[in-house]
Amino acid sequence: MTSIGTGYDLSNSVFSPDGRNFQVEYAVKAVENGGTAVGIRCKDGVVLAVEKIITSKLLKPGANRRISTVDRHVGIVSAGLAPDGRHFVSRARDEASSWRSVYKGPIPISALANRLGSYVQAYTLYSSVRPFGVTSILGGWDSEAELAVDGQVGSGPQSGAGGKVKGAKSGGPGLYMIEPSGLYWGYYGAATGKGRQAAKAELEKLDLASEKLSLHDAVKEAARIIYVAHEDNKDKEFELEMSWISSLEGPTKGRHEEVPKELLEEAERAARRALEGDDEDEEEGAKGNEQMEE
Amino acid sequence: MVASHGLTGMLGEDGIHVDMNHLKSGEVNLGTSIMAINFKDGVILGADSRTTTGAYIANRVTDKLTQVHDTIWCCRSGSAADTQAVADIVSYHLNMYSIVNNEAPSTQVAGALFQELCYENKDMLRLVLFVNWYTGIGHLIYRCSAGIIIAGYDPRHGGQVYSIPLGGSLHKQAYSIGGSGSTYIYGYCDANWRENMTEEEGIQFVRGALREAIKWDGSSGGVIRLVVLTAKGAQRHLYLPDTDYTGPGATY
Repeated sequence: MTSIGTGYDLSNSVFSPDGRNFQVEYAVKAVENGGTAVGIRCKDGVVLAVEKIITSKLLKPGANRRISTVDRHVGIVSAGLAPDGRHFVSRARDEASSWRSVYKGPIPISALANRLGSYVQAYTLYSSVRPFGVTSILGGWDSEAELAVDGQVGSGPQSGAGGKVKGAKSGGPGLYMIEPSGLYWGYYGAATGKGRQAAKAELEKLDLASEKLSLHDAVKEAARIIYVAHEDNKDKEFELEMSWISSLEGPTKGRHEEVPKELLEEAERAARRALEGDDEDEEEGAKGNEQMEE
Repeated sequence: MVASHGLTGMLGEDGIHVDMNHLKSGEVNLGTSIMAINFKDGVILGADSRTTTGAYIANRVTDKLTQVHDTIWCCRSGSAADTQAVADIVSYHLNMYSIVNNEAPSTQVAGALFQELCYENKDMLRLVLFVNWYTGIGHLIYRCSAGIIIAGYDPRHGGQVYSIPLGGSLHKQAYSIGGSGSTYIYGYCDANWRENMTEEEGIQFVRGALREAIKWDGSSGGVIRLVVLTAKGAQRHLYLPDTDYTGPGATY
């Protein structure tokens, strides 16, 4: 970077003459070294997945979780500095809880993303703090059911409320990615961390905007994408962690939960098979080229 | 639990002495008849229009139906000052909510906000005299005297009616009646209430019930005001005593 050493990278709250905040850009570098994390949004739910690089043989497999539950219906996975991610999750839980105490109901995913975006942005403004060294993927499900006010008694007319409009907006999946600058967008598929380029390329192939992919297939795709993204980092071992949130009719009934062990293992087997298949194709392709040259 | 603020009532040889000056000086009370119902296309709110200060009618054409958002309204009973203040605060929060979240608040959100304010402030909103029936000892305590009915319409949930009685609990109801006049119309409402009434039937029901409440309750009177909340928005109705509450009907 040409601007290194010019003095504009020493503090937050100081712009460089061309309008950049270098501390934020360095935070993005920290994220780019982290294990790959992806999120997939489908019509009937959201999947979160993360590649956990095994830094020591002494670490207990399955412990040291990287995906956290924020509220019953929301989960967060982040890439970058793990302690920053934990602090971020803690703030997310506070926001979700504060919403509940005021409005007596679950926080909408969009509102949580907005509040967290504002929180992260505030860490780019002051010289006394450094920006978050994480990019976080926030996934959740806004209930499609009619929500009661927490603690209310009674349920209104037996025949239900009158005057409901068919097709009125009501709940559904939510997937957002929040960057160290505080920038956040809503996504069909989101990827961050070391293998994000490969992961994004794979996500784009899924045509998520058409909403044809089922949640179950999305679990398998998420596993495969983490395996694909790991290909460039093959010398290091990794563990796959996945969670999901389904619709109220789906397997998790609108809650954020770990993907069950059997399904996770099935998805990992399918991911390895898919990768081995790719390798064979490549070998065949190579042979083909040789034959052409003969 | 309520805090005691000293003695003001005594049991003497000639019976219980009650200090009737327990209202804050100049306080205006809504001895009232209010109600809200669900019907086929939404909700209807209704109220009489009498405001009293003791025996004096301070206002005979009061509007006790207060808008807190486009299609979320409330019926106020109890202390006029307290319920107006609470409605103003809720109105502020709902307007803020719709701006921040780029979406109109649901009736549930309004219900939650009303409940929080009424429950958390129930001990400090108004001085009320309580006399122990056995000892005759009276306690002047602060108590919220806000009895509020919230009714709202939104496209997703349709019409909904919530009631918040004195203690600050929250009840979702098919229809709700409140205020001193409501005691006279429990039978009328029970006998005449039906689910899924048409708008015309709903108006007739509310108007008929409030007419009875006004007839029997000395603290209720004046005109009958209604608000109809549907997908089409809010529409006000007015019914005058000079024609036995038959007209003029829908206004702006």
